Amino acid sequence: MSIKAENIKYVYSEGTPFRTLALDDVNLSIEQGDFIGIIGHTGSGKSTLIQLFNGLEMSTEGKILVDDIVVGQDKKKLRNIRQMVGLVFQYPEYQLFEETVAKDVAFGPMNLKLNQEEIDKRTKEALELVGFNYDRIKDVSPFDLSGGQKRRVAIAGVLAMKPKYLILDEPTAGLDPAGRNEIFEQIKKLHKISNVTVILVSHSMEDIAKLVNKVVVLYKGKVHMQGTPKEIYAQSEELVRIGLGIPQIAELANELRKRGFNIKSDVITVDEAKEEILKEIRRRKNV
Amino acid sequence: MDIIKIENVKYKYSKEDTKYAVDTVSLNIKKGQFTAIIGHNGSGKSTLAKLINSLLLPIEGKIYVKDMDTSDDSKLWDIRQTAGMVFQNPDNQLVATIVEEDIAFGPENQGVESSEIRKRVDDALKAVGMYEYRTRPPHMLSGGQKQRIAIAGILALNSDCIILDEPTAMLDPSGRKEVMDTLKKLNKQGKTILLITHYMDEAVEADRVVVMDKGNIKLDGTPKEVFKNLKEIKKFGLDVPQVTELAQALKEEGLNIPSDIIHIKELVDLLCQ
Repeated sequence: MSIKAENIKYVYSEGTPFRTLALDDVNLSIEQGDFIGIIGHTGSGKSTLIQLFNGLEMSTEGKILVDDIVVGQDKKKLRNIRQMVGLVFQYPEYQLFEETVAKDVAFGPMNLKLNQEEIDKRTKEALELVGFNYDRIKDVSPFDLSGGQKRRVAIAGVLAMKPKYLILDEPTAGLDPAGRNEIFEQIKKLHKISNVTVILVSHSMEDIAKLVNKVVVLYKGKVHMQGTPKEIYAQSEELVRIGLGIPQIAELANELRKRGFNIKSDVITVDEAKEEILKEIRRRKNV
Repeated sequence: MDIIKIENVKYKYSKEDTKYAVDTVSLNIKKGQFTAIIGHNGSGKSTLAKLINSLLLPIEGKIYVKDMDTSDDSKLWDIRQTAGMVFQNPDNQLVATIVEEDIAFGPENQGVESSEIRKRVDDALKAVGMYEYRTRPPHMLSGGQKQRIAIAGILALNSDCIILDEPTAMLDPSGRKEVMDTLKKLNKQGKTILLITHYMDEAVEADRVVVMDKGNIKLDGTPKEVFKNLKEIKKFGLDVPQVTELAQALKEEGLNIPSDIIHIKELVDLLCQ
């Protein structure tokens, strides 16, 4: 079970002076259970790609397969696909509209024409999955919540559809560090507990480094690199060249290496850096 | 000279609110200073910015922008021109159908002569790296590009002071760097910058960092003075730069490293001595 992109090409505004090749020969495979990070600077094609994954946009050439179903081939199956591939947009809290949190989360399942018992069960589960106490939150107005909480409610709304694949587009944009941590901790837990496949689009290299098992780097509409976070961040000069930042720690490790410090090239967290630096200092003392 | 003077200001959004969004804040901003305000969501940062811009009026206390009282109705437009504001969401502040017309909107309303408008628009667009997009419709731009257009709109007003409320929240690292470089350049040219941000690596670039929590100012000083208080900063729901965290972790392991390291280069220099 997987999402596959095969030779995807996507052209915006064909036939106008603004014609843009947003995706160019993209091939990708996302396996069930993966936690994937998609990075790339503004305009690299990230948002277009994820909209292809759940059939909101159709590729100009090539095909997307979700669990071996070709997206868009049979229009009747689009509903299924959108249910399987849940997409949480940027600033999803703007899409909250109901009077209470529970009603908002229940909106999707209600449209699936499930029975009330199932709707209630899913609503409760989804809210608990994003770290809320159901009884305490269910009757609260979504508009009385903090930014991070609103966003978790919006994510719960998508989870209540029981997607196999969960795509999050910049889920922490505009949140403070505590809100960012809150969201990422919940997503991490969610991935562990429910085994949902998570596709995370983010600009934050620090966050990607901490969370995902595989990174896909998009550049000018193409898959420019892919690999584990360590493999990707070891090529820090290339990342900087294509307009992406690297975690501050990776930058520090690079500088130290340039100055003759014996330190691994794939250090990305504060703890790893600490251990590496202490090791090197001990080594130097012993010489 | 203090371009902004905030004296014991209190503000709450509704009479029924038990807590003040801004609770007895006093703060003076020197002309030409680059100040970063940090604090978690709901700490009162954005409210304070709106008070300075006279979008909100203090319930108690006074705010002066270039000695103009923000409660004085007749000074409203002078105040807003002196302290131009860039908001969080660019979609709410772009008005025209073509990028350069959007930038020209402000100066046009000020009755600036057309050749001068042309020059200001071009300069502003170049300053944010969007000159080649000048004839595009804003809705065809990405979120990050729109944000840069919003900043250019303020630049074209020739404001002395630019207040920015999380202008980089939606930008990628290179876009953020461009905006920060632009702000630093403008600051060098004498503009007063007041930057509200959630990014600690941006706050590090400022002359002064002000930390807000629960409507109050909790810490105020140079980036070094502020960020060395790692535990306190975390208590306010904020972060310190990773390099500061690493330096303090190494210090705890017995290494002779000061706790106020905020730049990569400082730590590298120390370790490679």
